[in-house]
Amino acid sequence: MNPMFQASPASPRFKRVVEGACIAVLAFFAAVVVFLVLRAAPVLSSGKATEKELSTLTSGSVTSLAEYLGPLVFGTLLASFVALVIAIPFAVGTALVISQFAHGKVRTALSAVIDLLAAIPSVIYGLWGVLVLVPASGGFWSFLNRYFGWIPLFSGTVAVPARTMASAGVVLAIMIIPIIATISRDAFLQVPSQDKEAALALGATRWEMILAVVMPAGRSAVMASILLGLGRALGETMAVLMILSPASGYSVHLLEATQNQTIAANIAAQFPEADENGVGLLIATGVVLFIISFVVNAIAQKVVARGEKSEKHEAAQRHATAESGEGNPA
Amino acid sequence: MSLLTLNSSATKAREGKHWFARTPHEMPETEETGKTVATIESLSRRRKLRSLLMNCVVVVSACVVVIPVISIFWTALTRGIAQLSPYFLTHNMRGIVGGTYPYGGIFHAISGTVEITGVTMLICAPLGIFAAIYINEYARRSRLSRLVVSAVNIMSGIPSILAGLFAYALFSLLSGVGTINGFVGVVALAVLALPTVIKTSLEAVSRVPDTLRESALALGASRSVMIRKVVLRTALPGLVSAVILAIARIIGETAPLMIAAGIVDNTNFNLFSGRMMTLPAYIYNEYSQGLATCPTAHVASLMPCDPQIRIERAWAAALVLILLVAVFNAVGHWVARRSMAGSRHS
Amino acid sequence: MQINALRKVSAVGIILAMAAGLSACGDNQTTANAAAQENHGEEVQLKGEFAGSGASSQKSAVDAWIARFNANQPDATIAYDPSGSGAGVSTFLTGATLWAGTDAALTSEQVEQSKKVCEGQTAFDIPVYISPIAVVYNLKNAGLNDTHVNLSPATIAQIFNGKITKWNDKKIAAENPKIASKLPDLNITPVWRSDKSGTTKNFVSYLADASDGAWTYEVGENWPNKIGMGAKGTSGIVSTVSQAEGTIGYVDASQAGSLGTAAIKVGDNYVPYSAEAAAKVVDASPRDKDATEKGRVVIDIDHTTTESGAYPLVLVSYDAVCPVYKDTQDGEFVKQWLSYVVSEEGQSTAAENAGSAPMSPALRSDVLKSIDLIGSQK
Repeated sequence: MNPMFQASPASPRFKRVVEGACIAVLAFFAAVVVFLVLRAAPVLSSGKATEKELSTLTSGSVTSLAEYLGPLVFGTLLASFVALVIAIPFAVGTALVISQFAHGKVRTALSAVIDLLAAIPSVIYGLWGVLVLVPASGGFWSFLNRYFGWIPLFSGTVAVPARTMASAGVVLAIMIIPIIATISRDAFLQVPSQDKEAALALGATRWEMILAVVMPAGRSAVMASILLGLGRALGETMAVLMILSPASGYSVHLLEATQNQTIAANIAAQFPEADENGVGLLIATGVVLFIISFVVNAIAQKVVARGEKSEKHEAAQRHATAESGEGNPA
Repeated sequence: MSLLTLNSSATKAREGKHWFARTPHEMPETEETGKTVATIESLSRRRKLRSLLMNCVVVVSACVVVIPVISIFWTALTRGIAQLSPYFLTHNMRGIVGGTYPYGGIFHAISGTVEITGVTMLICAPLGIFAAIYINEYARRSRLSRLVVSAVNIMSGIPSILAGLFAYALFSLLSGVGTINGFVGVVALAVLALPTVIKTSLEAVSRVPDTLRESALALGASRSVMIRKVVLRTALPGLVSAVILAIARIIGETAPLMIAAGIVDNTNFNLFSGRMMTLPAYIYNEYSQGLATCPTAHVASLMPCDPQIRIERAWAAALVLILLVAVFNAVGHWVARRSMAGSRHS
Repeated sequence: MQINALRKVSAVGIILAMAAGLSACGDNQTTANAAAQENHGEEVQLKGEFAGSGASSQKSAVDAWIARFNANQPDATIAYDPSGSGAGVSTFLTGATLWAGTDAALTSEQVEQSKKVCEGQTAFDIPVYISPIAVVYNLKNAGLNDTHVNLSPATIAQIFNGKITKWNDKKIAAENPKIASKLPDLNITPVWRSDKSGTTKNFVSYLADASDGAWTYEVGENWPNKIGMGAKGTSGIVSTVSQAEGTIGYVDASQAGSLGTAAIKVGDNYVPYSAEAAAKVVDASPRDKDATEKGRVVIDIDHTTTESGAYPLVLVSYDAVCPVYKDTQDGEFVKQWLSYVVSEEGQSTAAENAGSAPMSPALRSDVLKSIDLIGSQK
């Protein structure tokens, strides 16, 4: 017998070790969730207990939890929405260029750039945003305001310097572009070349080929990557903290300062001056954020699962078609 | 006319993805209807133009994405390189006053980052890899496995700042309110690193082909020996890249570490007592302190003093951090690619 | 075997030597050590780590103090986490730190709470850092950053509550007859602290006291309105103000840098900020009547003072400490530390490095009385 495979009496022990690791991981995660919920529950469930906490954090200007939490949730969603709207076209465009247009060195270089973007820590994005982007982008924002001010998003007086949701959205977008771009790129690269060649042979232009073949094939992956990017944008702290001039309110005027605040940035901003009650309240807002990003993640997983299923289904169908020589059963 | 059919089939494809199956039927259709040559000519010119335009749009969008990368690197390089020196890397901020020379360094932040990240991975790597092995090798469909997988899915969405709050609040309860030290930071980062490690190593382990497992078992190896000598060995590059990618994920975390590990000027090697500086926290702290003061007497005596020194230090530290993360990422991706190539070969 | 053991020992030795070298290069050596040590041989030598945390406003001064203090006590490692006044006090009240820097005096509730960590005694707070708060603005293109724009408290209040929106508003012009023509037709953007801050509380309470009713918001550590924009921390305000023409904000004067600073109206004159002017108002102000617990020295700044040459917009930052510590060395450290901090040398060090106002001899003697309480009862 191969000496490599000398049966050791420790076999069940190894199983016990890995099983133990599994249980430890589960216990740790359970402890995190249970602990956070326990700290957040009293704040979230009873209106009365929050009064004291709220007054320590806001000097008494906000009296109910809904009044405190509502604008934060709105601001978080708005920031992520702005980031997504900016990021999606650029990210998908980059993924298309890498997968369909570029070859050789250009492809490698672009891929490396995307990897680099993903590697930059958020505090550096924040530093860059507040010291480089904010002063540099002022002209662009006032241009938007002058010619597109009739759109509510761009109306109002342009804040100078642009410590606004628009600037924060741009930085968040740059942060999630690599997430969307890498996953979409991988999906686009998986599209069989005979399908693409078939479309081109039919007389389709390259763009028509992309619309008709590449995009549909990568659709579920792109959707999933967008949701993953959304998850990242929701929880981003430092960049928003450093760029956005915060306020508690419901407003969609992206170019005005002091309109919104996100949950994560609010925690980072308020934590240093929060006492024990305040920390409880901040944890509660964090748990709400956790729930939001959990829902987004769950949807993403559903999308991925459905995409895989339909791909399998499609493959099976194609297989059947090829075998029988018949058309599709429509 | 092929435009029409293509377009309609594109819509169909968007609806139900049956385009591939339909092509054989649609081919003769296009031949049949390809009579009016003039229309086709004008149509195709428009189509070509549109294609060209969209190609341009896509290429331009990719170029725009490159701009922030260049800008960030350029800024970090030009503003940080002046401070980046052996002195900067080997000294801490103890006894550094305002903008006066000497300007201090980031040794305490590097040592803190290395220690906190290292210990986090020492805990998370074995835990995560073992959990992945259990799930993939012993109990693919057991309740425990499914629970762990869904827990990993849930936890991978935890906002990083909440992980910091968790660790802070946990240790406030365990060892007194306001306990802040390196280990609290380790716990916070563990919450963030574990899901990544488990996910990626599960992928690596599941890429090991079953034929290898079967032949090892057929040779008389016990299951645990098979796992250790065959599965782990084959999946090793994938596991290494799982660990490295997790490091790249947590090494740049700022908010949780500022809450859990604190900010300090001294070099502190003790994980369990006293605050511990980390690179991202250092960057934020330097930025957030703003202008440095230069005493008038100092200026008068022509001693070097730089009011902008904190921003310069922040950029220099940012440069070091970017390089660190980039190296980890590059190594991780390289190992991952090799492991994929390796598994394809076998 | 012997050779093996020898090898092991030498290996350990090498590792230790490397570690020592590492920590040597990790800790910056101050060159003045040896000389200073001889001069102050009579003091009890301290060894170990001593941690405090709290107000970020004190950070520049504390950096300088630590550097100088270490010259006498090279083996004492002092750490100050500028985590914020609130966090500093709550950490102090858990006993995790030896002292807290705070921009706001302790509340009586906090003093009561301190019995837990002060061996049954109550903690006290003493002023250590007095700094003028500058009203900074950016009118660089108008060429006004080098001259002091005159502003009365009522005008400042109306700028920050949005009633005055243009730099060439009649009220501002009326106060600045000499430079009235240079005041631009530009929107004013007030910039305020978005985080809880003692600086905000001082600024707001100044406006409430001195603006003749123009400021109607409640006094607190959070900024009360949404006019203009908020920025995190002093540096946030400085970077925001320096990035755009027409902005105005309030910061610890040491951070004003190249920004324009306003001269504020006191009595009938306009006074630009200066350390001496800030010290003057502190001397002219009464003690807080509510802070009667043993050892406490809390100043109730007289914002409406009319004394000539006084600058009533000041931040007084305190250190909260225990009279008794569990560990006698901790008590010894705190006593030495505070004695140094409030000493003439300590105060001038802070003035030099952080632009603060040195404390007057009268105030110092009161503060020293409190410091003498440390370690006296057991």
